[in-house]
Amino acid sequence: MLCPKFARRIANPQRDDLCRAISPKGAMEDNRMTAGSDPTIRDSVTAFLKDHRQDIERVWASTALFTARRPADAAEECSELLTGIVEVIVSGGEENAAATGFASVRPVLTSLAARSAGGPSGSDRPDVTVLKGPLLRLWHDRAPAETAYRGDLLLSNVLNTLRIALLEIELSAGADTILAQRAQLTELSTPVIKLWDGILAIPLIGTLDSTRGQTATESLLEQIVAQHARVAILDITGVTAVDTLVAQHLLKTAVAARLMGAECIISGIRPQIAQTMVQLGIDLGEVATRATLADAFARGLSIIGMKVSNDERNAG
Amino acid sequence: MTDILTVHEVRINEEIDIVHVRQAARDLAVSVGFSLVEQTKLVTAASELARNTLVHGNGGRARIELGRALDGTPTLRLAFTDTGPGIADIDQALTDGYSSAGGLGLGLSGARRLADDFDLDTEPGKGTTVTVGFRARRPARG
Repeated sequence: MLCPKFARRIANPQRDDLCRAISPKGAMEDNRMTAGSDPTIRDSVTAFLKDHRQDIERVWASTALFTARRPADAAEECSELLTGIVEVIVSGGEENAAATGFASVRPVLTSLAARSAGGPSGSDRPDVTVLKGPLLRLWHDRAPAETAYRGDLLLSNVLNTLRIALLEIELSAGADTILAQRAQLTELSTPVIKLWDGILAIPLIGTLDSTRGQTATESLLEQIVAQHARVAILDITGVTAVDTLVAQHLLKTAVAARLMGAECIISGIRPQIAQTMVQLGIDLGEVATRATLADAFARGLSIIGMKVSNDERNAG
Repeated sequence: MTDILTVHEVRINEEIDIVHVRQAARDLAVSVGFSLVEQTKLVTAASELARNTLVHGNGGRARIELGRALDGTPTLRLAFTDTGPGIADIDQALTDGYSSAGGLGLGLSGARRLADDFDLDTEPGKGTTVTVGFRARRPARG
């Protein structure tokens, strides 16, 4: 595939389907024929979970979910999971991923989700469905034959909902990461640098969309006031392409800076960008431009009445 | 006449899609050895036209065709299609400095100057398709 980014974009709509599939309301509707209305099966399952606590924790700790954990940690996490599940069954909340029992196992689920973070999604994601087989086997060994299937249903429902709770945590962690990175990116792209008393520079990097461009303008104008700057240098060395929207943004920033008494210099216009801007018909008008940040700085110094000279005593 | 080697389509429905169009165009241009200047021109034109599709055409799609001219030169054709209001006065839309959206008014005319080939197909009320073609100045590597 020639352009992987593009391919990823196309694959994105599947994520919406995933979100729908794991939404608790949609996913659980079909399992309404639960043992929930039968208090006796709820009691016997609860009793089974409590009586065979150690067996269950032992078989769970040996599943693939916990193989990478130290035995002591695995035992503790299994114990917490089981406590939460008992709580869920007692409260009748096995179809509600927001039930208090599930809320109390959140720390365990978060740690499970965190272990998969950074790895490729899919293959090595933690999957709590591996807990179901060993648990149902233990239940079948002990349960009376006539009620076994209703216990199956109840335990399956609990573990299905546990899986949904885990997926919700994973998805919200992903969304949080994206939001955090977007915020970081917006801020990262707009540091205002003081080069000298009265001379500010702002290096613009990457793609200037309207949000980032706006943030850049605002922080520059704020700093012009705060630092009594007389020269503001907009360095576009790191900008990949200057289209008319970016150019318009640069011009507006320059005009706004001038209104506030600072002269604006645009620097870092690379040859291919200069050529493209000419053909596009962009005229930066009276805004001073320089090829490099160093040239712009030298111009800035002369505007504020300073100059750089050789120190002859130390030169030789 | 050119042979078409590969075709990519990118939907343009929100601001971030303009970045996707740019990236897809740049990746393809790099893959067949367009020079840095040619890449920049192509990406800039793609950016202008994708934004037009979004802002004036209320969204649409970009079709990027990688081809090869008879003499073996790699070519890239970008077609931007929307089903928006169309352009009533083509001459005016292609005039430098005319903008119906508060821009610099150089997007369409500038993209025309950046491209080797330019085609505008529009019908008021039906939509607009703008096609730009680029040829690599030097033969592809390999």
